[in-house]
Amino acid sequence: MAESWWVSTLARGLAFSAPLLLAALGELVAERSGVINLGVEGMMILGALAGFAAADASGDPWLGVLAAAAAGTLAALVHAFFSITLRANTYVSGLALTMVGLGLSGLLGKPFAGRPLAHPLPKLDIPGLSAIPWLGPGLFRGQSALLYLGLLAALLLWYFLYRTRGGITLRSVGENPAAADALGVNVYRVRYLATAFGGAMAGVAGAYLSVDYRPSWTEGMTAGMGWIALAIVIFAAWDPLRAVLAAFLFGAFYHLAYRFQAYLAPEFLKMTPYLFTVLFLVLSALGKSVRLGAPEALGRPYLRGERE
Amino acid sequence: MRLVPRGEAPALFVAAVSLLAVLLAFAASLVLLALYGASPWEAIAVVYRGVLADPRGFAEVLRRAVPLTLAGAGLALAFRAQFWNIGAEGQLLVGAVAASGVALFGPGEGVAKLVLMAAVAFVAGGLWAMVPAYLKARLAVNDVITTLMFNYVAIYLVEWLIHGPWKGKSVFGFAYTDRFPASAWLPLWPGTGLAWPGLVMAVVAAALLAWLLGATKLGFEVRVVGENPEAARYAGVRALSTLLQVALLSGGVAGLAGFVEVAGTHHRLLAPLQISLGYGYTAIIVAWLGRNRPLATLLTGLLIGFVFAAGDVAKVALATPFQLVQVVNGLILFFLIAAEVPIRYRVVWRPERG
Repeated sequence: MAESWWVSTLARGLAFSAPLLLAALGELVAERSGVINLGVEGMMILGALAGFAAADASGDPWLGVLAAAAAGTLAALVHAFFSITLRANTYVSGLALTMVGLGLSGLLGKPFAGRPLAHPLPKLDIPGLSAIPWLGPGLFRGQSALLYLGLLAALLLWYFLYRTRGGITLRSVGENPAAADALGVNVYRVRYLATAFGGAMAGVAGAYLSVDYRPSWTEGMTAGMGWIALAIVIFAAWDPLRAVLAAFLFGAFYHLAYRFQAYLAPEFLKMTPYLFTVLFLVLSALGKSVRLGAPEALGRPYLRGERE
Repeated sequence: MRLVPRGEAPALFVAAVSLLAVLLAFAASLVLLALYGASPWEAIAVVYRGVLADPRGFAEVLRRAVPLTLAGAGLALAFRAQFWNIGAEGQLLVGAVAASGVALFGPGEGVAKLVLMAAVAFVAGGLWAMVPAYLKARLAVNDVITTLMFNYVAIYLVEWLIHGPWKGKSVFGFAYTDRFPASAWLPLWPGTGLAWPGLVMAVVAAALLAWLLGATKLGFEVRVVGENPEAARYAGVRALSTLLQVALLSGGVAGLAGFVEVAGTHHRLLAPLQISLGYGYTAIIVAWLGRNRPLATLLTGLLIGFVFAAGDVAKVALATPFQLVQVVNGLILFFLIAAEVPIRYRVVWRPERG
C-alpha cells in the first residue's frame, strides 16, 4: 500500500476542507460585492445548531441542511441591514454577529448537547470514478455530498463571476459602486443578495459539522473555522477555484500534522490550524503585491450621492 | 426618508443616544429572558437585590470591571490607530501565563515579586500583540484574522502548560498548576473578592492612556494615522513604529488584566475559560461603547462588569445559563452600532429632490 498515505491525506484533507471551502465561497461572494462579514463564525455556528435541530426533529438530514442555510441567511441579513442600510462599522457589526451567534447557539443548544444524530448525511461512494488511480479512492470513496456541493459551487461561481453578466455586475459593485449605480445597477440589492448568499453558505458549512462530519451538537463546535474561512478568501485572492486549492491545502496540512502526533503534544496539534492560517496569510502577502485581487470598495459602505 | 451626513454631533447627544441604546439592549434581553421562560420582573428584582443593593454584589461588579477596563482601554487606543486588535483575549492569557511563571518559579518576595509578575505580564501581552501589528505594518496582513488566530494559539499554550510541564505536583487528576506562594497573591478588599490593586491599576492605566492619546507625540501620531492615513504619511509619521508602540501598550494592558485575574482571583494558572470569561472579546464592546476614549472605558467597563455580575446572580437565582451574558453583550453591541445612525446622520423625512 505505497499510496495509502497519499490516499488518506487526500481523503481526510478534503473532508476537513469542506466546511472551510463552503464558508469561504460564501464570504468570497459577499466580499466581491464590497461587504466584509466578520460574522462567518457566528453564522456557521447558528447553521450548525439549526441544522442539527431540524435534522433531529424531522429525521431528514437534508432538511437540516436547508434549515442551516435559512438560519445563516437570516443572520447575514442582520449584518446586511446594519452595514449596508444603516452604514454602521462593518467590522463591528460582523463581530457583534459572531458574539450573538456563539451566545445564542449556546443558549438555545443546551437541550441538544451530547445527543448523537440518528440519521446523519450518508457518505457517498461513486462507483467507477473511485477506481481512478491516485485520485479516485481519496476523492470518490466515502466522501460527503456536501463536499461535492462545495466543489461544484466553486466551479459554478467561477463561471458566474468571470463569464456572466450577473458576475460582472457583482464585481462592479465591489470595485466601484458609484459607477455601477450610474449604470443603473441597484447597489444595495446586489450587496444584500451577495451577503445573504454568504450567510446561506456559512450555514451549510455549519450543517456539514453537525449533521455530517461529527453528527452531534457541541457548544462552540465551529472552533474558529469561520475565521479560517475568512483567511482562505484572502489567501485565494478572491478567486473561487483558488479557494478550493487553499481550503484543501489547509485540510491536508492539518491532516499531516496528525501524523506527527507521536512526537507532538496534542495541544500543539490543536494549535496548528491557527498557526497555519497566520503562516498562509504571511505567505500570500509575501508572494504577490499585497492588495492584489481585493475588491476596490471592500468594506466601504455606499451612500448614494456621497462624494468620497 | 433619507440620511444626510452631519458633522460632529454634540457630546451630550452622543452620550444620550449611547445610553438609550444600552437601555434598549437591556429591554431586548428581558424579552429574551421571558421567551426563555423566566420572569423578567423577578430578574430585575433579583439583580437589584443581589448586585446593586448589596455591597458584596457591587464588589463583584468592580472585580469584573477591572479586566474589562484594562483590556478595553488598550483596545480603545488600538482602534484609534486603526489597529483592529481582536486578540485581547490571547494577550490576557499570555499575560496570565507570564505572571504565573514568575509566581511559581521566579525570584522575589513580597511586593517586588508582584511588581515583577505585572511587568512580565505586560511585556508578554505586548509582544503577543506586536507580532500581528508588525505583520500588518510591513506586509499588510489582515490584523483582524491574525490577532484572532493568536487567541487560539494562546488558549492551547495555556492548555499545554497546565496539562504538561506546569501541571501541579499536588493536584493529582486536575489540570492546573500548584497554588501560588502567598507572596504572589494580590491583597483583597476586606470582606469581598475584589483585589483592590487591580482596581487601582485599571484607573491608572485608563488615565495614562488617555493622557498619552491627548497630550503626547505618540498620541498625536495615533490620531493622525487613525483619522487620515494619507495625511499621516505626509506629516512624516513612521507608521511601523507608531503601530508597534500602540500594540505594545494595547497588548500590555490586556496582559496586566491576565496578571490581575491569576494573582487576584485564582492564585494559579488554570483552564483558559476559567481565567477569562471572554473578557478580551467583551473588551471590544467596552472600547466601542466608550467611543474609543480610554477614560470613558472606566464607565463602560463598569457597565459591562454589571452585566457579568448580574448574569452570575441570575444564574444562581433563576437557573439561566451563562451564555445569556454573551447574548446580552452582543445585543448591546448591535444596538450601539445602530445608534451610530442618529449620531452620524440627520434623518430627513422629505423625499429626495432631483
